[in-house]
Amino acid sequence: MTRIQKEASKESLLINMGPSHPAMHGTIRIMLELDGEVVRNSEVEVGYLHRGFEKTCEHKTYFNLLPYTDRLNYVSPLINNLGYVMTMEKMLEIEAPERAQYIRVIMSEFSRVSDHLTALAAMTMECGAFTVFLYYIQAREEIWNFIEQTTGARMTTSYIRIGGVRADLHPDFKGLMDKAMKVTRRVLKDVKGLLDKNKIWIDRTRDIAVVNPEMAVNYGFTGPCLRASGVSYDVRKAHPYLVYDQLEFEVPLGDKGDNFDRYMVRMKEMEQSLRIIEQAVEKMPDSASRAGLMVKGIEPDEAIKASRSKKAEERVNLSPNLQGSEKDVRPDILVKGKKYTVPPKEDTYTNIEGLINHFKFFMSGHGIRPPKGDVYFSVEGGNGELGFYIVSDGTDNPYRLHLRAPCLHIVSALEEMIKGHYIADIIPTFGSTNMIGGELDR
Amino acid sequence: MENKKVIEALKKTFPEKVTEIPDRLGDTIVRIEKDALLNIMEFLKNRPCEFTMLLDLTCVDYLSSKGCFEMVYHLFSISSNNRIRIKTEVRKNELDIDSLSDLWKNTNWLEREVFDMFGINFKGHPDMRRLFMYEGFEGYPLRKDYPLRKRQPKIPLRRLT
Repeated sequence: MTRIQKEASKESLLINMGPSHPAMHGTIRIMLELDGEVVRNSEVEVGYLHRGFEKTCEHKTYFNLLPYTDRLNYVSPLINNLGYVMTMEKMLEIEAPERAQYIRVIMSEFSRVSDHLTALAAMTMECGAFTVFLYYIQAREEIWNFIEQTTGARMTTSYIRIGGVRADLHPDFKGLMDKAMKVTRRVLKDVKGLLDKNKIWIDRTRDIAVVNPEMAVNYGFTGPCLRASGVSYDVRKAHPYLVYDQLEFEVPLGDKGDNFDRYMVRMKEMEQSLRIIEQAVEKMPDSASRAGLMVKGIEPDEAIKASRSKKAEERVNLSPNLQGSEKDVRPDILVKGKKYTVPPKEDTYTNIEGLINHFKFFMSGHGIRPPKGDVYFSVEGGNGELGFYIVSDGTDNPYRLHLRAPCLHIVSALEEMIKGHYIADIIPTFGSTNMIGGELDR
Repeated sequence: MENKKVIEALKKTFPEKVTEIPDRLGDTIVRIEKDALLNIMEFLKNRPCEFTMLLDLTCVDYLSSKGCFEMVYHLFSISSNNRIRIKTEVRKNELDIDSLSDLWKNTNWLEREVFDMFGINFKGHPDMRRLFMYEGFEGYPLRKDYPLRKRQPKIPLRRLT
């Protein structure tokens, strides 16, 4: 017997929505107590996507668990990488080089845009605006093309690493980036024209699921949902990390805290994110080795042959991107020191110190071993404050790793938000919370 | 109110219940006694401290080393832009602690999660059930003595009445 089955009055109708329901993106179950079409009471059940993220992480090394963080919020994986990596950097007291910090800003802002695009796409489509959905997805596609070009993956990127980033931006990144920005700007303008004064859209979203500031704070709302209620709190402004304090942007606020405001705040935030990206590209220091990348080296098999007789000094001709000749690029994008980063592949393959360093880095019990203690750090994710709480016992795997999932707090308020509204209003309300199963259920 | 003043005020109001833990990374950490939890949290939430938001609530298993669980609360004050971390111990022989459900509403799910994963009972919680795991699941998966790859038998489908 669930709670609602016990509490429901005899006259009312109990209906089950989800866990497999087209509108319950991800898997979540809402049990409704209905009076006609009006929701009298409800109960939200989560956990259908629980994979034991925290337990798994306790059994992985600090380096190995990074790919798991991609799978938390799968529409903005780069921000999840960033949250974990920045927590580790705080614990290890290291700081990424400046160029890496700008690359991280660009990547996390693009992720934020793709997160908001996905959230709004789902929300609008479920209200019948299928055109808008296709527009949004088209913009997201362009953003993912850009992300894929540099990171090698569209969603599960594992690109941001402890101490910096995995690779420098692709030599031709500007082309795809400009295209992504242009398409996103056009889409935002088109969608504004389609929705902002659209009577159907306004009727469906205005004054529905109003969250007042006190309630939002009491429930631990963060991110766009909190700002839609008019509370100005953005981790990028309140506790600046990376280079956000050197970039200009505004924090858009809503005034009512209803579904329309949550839509509006996300729309405005995307514009601000694009603004941040433009500034970051402008301010990003040039890579010292940019010209050097074009210099031809010797072929890998020749290098291996040469290394049998003497220490190889020549440049090895590997792909300039991910698995590449990275030694020249590394000072720009990775922190110094063999303790925190994987040694460059040229060294691993051609000399004995490199091989030993590589071995020592990956051997269990060695690797990254932060000092004892606990640390909390958070970044502004697509949904809100994405925090990691890590307890280290001095070994190479975390004693405890806890994720502060922003949408858990927001979805826990869903019962109160939909109370007294129609069944049809559940869907845009649920869409506006931007529930992501991977992050909520962990 | 700055964190230094908050700690001073805490020490003044609750002598013997509060100890500050120095942190090499500059975070503010306070260890409190379990029996004073509700009063201290209420004091922190209201003026003049104004830690109006409960950012996070979780638990760490120290059963094998210290014989206790450690509850960790992260509070945030929007007005002064400060974070504070509150820790308290839950001993092995009495696995219960006061629920904060009267102060913050998101504790409803957060405390259910801790109950689900660690088996700590929250006194005064309105709906103490598992959050992520299903009814009929045995054991508490995030405890250190729960094996990583342990499998549980499938539970039969229930007939809804």
